Amino acid sequence: MKKSDPVSEAFTRLPAMLEQGAALIQRGRLLDVDCLLGSTEQAFHVAIRGGRIVDLAPAPVLMRVWTFAYRATPEAWTAYWQPMPAAGWHDLLALTKRGAATLEGDIKPFMTHLQYFKDLLALPRTGAAR
Amino acid sequence: MTGRIEPMVGRYVHVEIDGTAHRIYFEEAGRGIPLVCLHTAGSDGRQWRHLLADEEFAKDFRIIAFDLPWHGKSNPPADWNGTEYQLTTARYTETIRAFCAALDLERPVVMGCSIGGRIVLNLAIDHAREFRALIGLEAADFQAPWYDTSWLNRPDVHGGEVCAALVSGLVAPQSPAETRMETLWAYKQGGPGVFKGDLYFYRVDGDLRGRTGAIDTSVCPLYLLTGEYDFSCMPEDTLRTAAGIVGAQVTVMEQLGHFPMSENPAQFRSYIAPVLETIKQQKTS
Repeated sequence: MKKSDPVSEAFTRLPAMLEQGAALIQRGRLLDVDCLLGSTEQAFHVAIRGGRIVDLAPAPVLMRVWTFAYRATPEAWTAYWQPMPAAGWHDLLALTKRGAATLEGDIKPFMTHLQYFKDLLALPRTGAAR
Repeated sequence: MTGRIEPMVGRYVHVEIDGTAHRIYFEEAGRGIPLVCLHTAGSDGRQWRHLLADEEFAKDFRIIAFDLPWHGKSNPPADWNGTEYQLTTARYTETIRAFCAALDLERPVVMGCSIGGRIVLNLAIDHAREFRALIGLEAADFQAPWYDTSWLNRPDVHGGEVCAALVSGLVAPQSPAETRMETLWAYKQGGPGVFKGDLYFYRVDGDLRGRTGAIDTSVCPLYLLTGEYDFSCMPEDTLRTAAGIVGAQVTVMEQLGHFPMSENPAQFRSYIAPVLETIKQQKTS
């Protein structure tokens, strides 16, 4: 992982931020998935079990599989995490539409828990689960 | 009575659409110029409840919001056999005209949002003389798709959850939490496949590119207002559409998304009030 990378540092804090949000964990109670989340510069293998992040490791990890990947440019994450994000930078699918993020793989777990992932990945915006 | 009762009244009207009887639910308030309001895809007329409760507007306008068949309290027609619901340009246009005729509305104003905004453009193209003015919210002749609608109706994905989660990003971040949640609640309540069926009109059948140049705003004024946070019908989509229509009045609304009337009623009011005032003056001039 690159040093002094604020986007990656925010991702490493995600498990702790999620633990503060009982309601968000409850919404993900039926979610078990291994996915790849992060920036186009540095992604993370994220293991979610019962709505909790049980492992988060910087990619690449040798032969580690993932079901789906959501990766955005560092600039997109920075804009997305603003307290009041600008128009077009305020939603995960706004980012994919504008070409600032990619959604790949088997996206069914992402779609079945779409609001969960939107809220999980917005946690650095507020520092706590909504 | 000590409880606060809101002014709108709800009733049912029986309307024949494409030869089939439909029982259509509508709410109304006020008196004066008929103002028919069209909800977004996959939702219902409750989106207009703040406009319906606006005492100032009600002094000059008979504000009416109806639920499309399959939406809200308008059931599918009695002869529906369960086949996939699919809204088309022709069907949507006929539904609006049949509803207005059933209520004997004389040259109403029609204001629609999203799919309602798109069909307003079609009314302006083909039926302008029937209307006093047309208002398209989040309206454009076409916009680029941003997700695959097949996710909206499949047995292994919760339809209400995925519909609401998809459109949640279309609400501006400045919108109050209360009205954001209410806006999304309607999406969680929609019938299976209804949102998807509405989007058949939006995505497939209702592409109006190349046709909107025929709109004559001297016959019927056209107002287009789009929220800056709407990344489905983006402001540039509306501006592009308006640029091809002589006389179209276009406004980009700050701090609003795809559901202006329901996600932030106060902010929306600041934009729609001058439009309604202009239409009122148009009547008296």
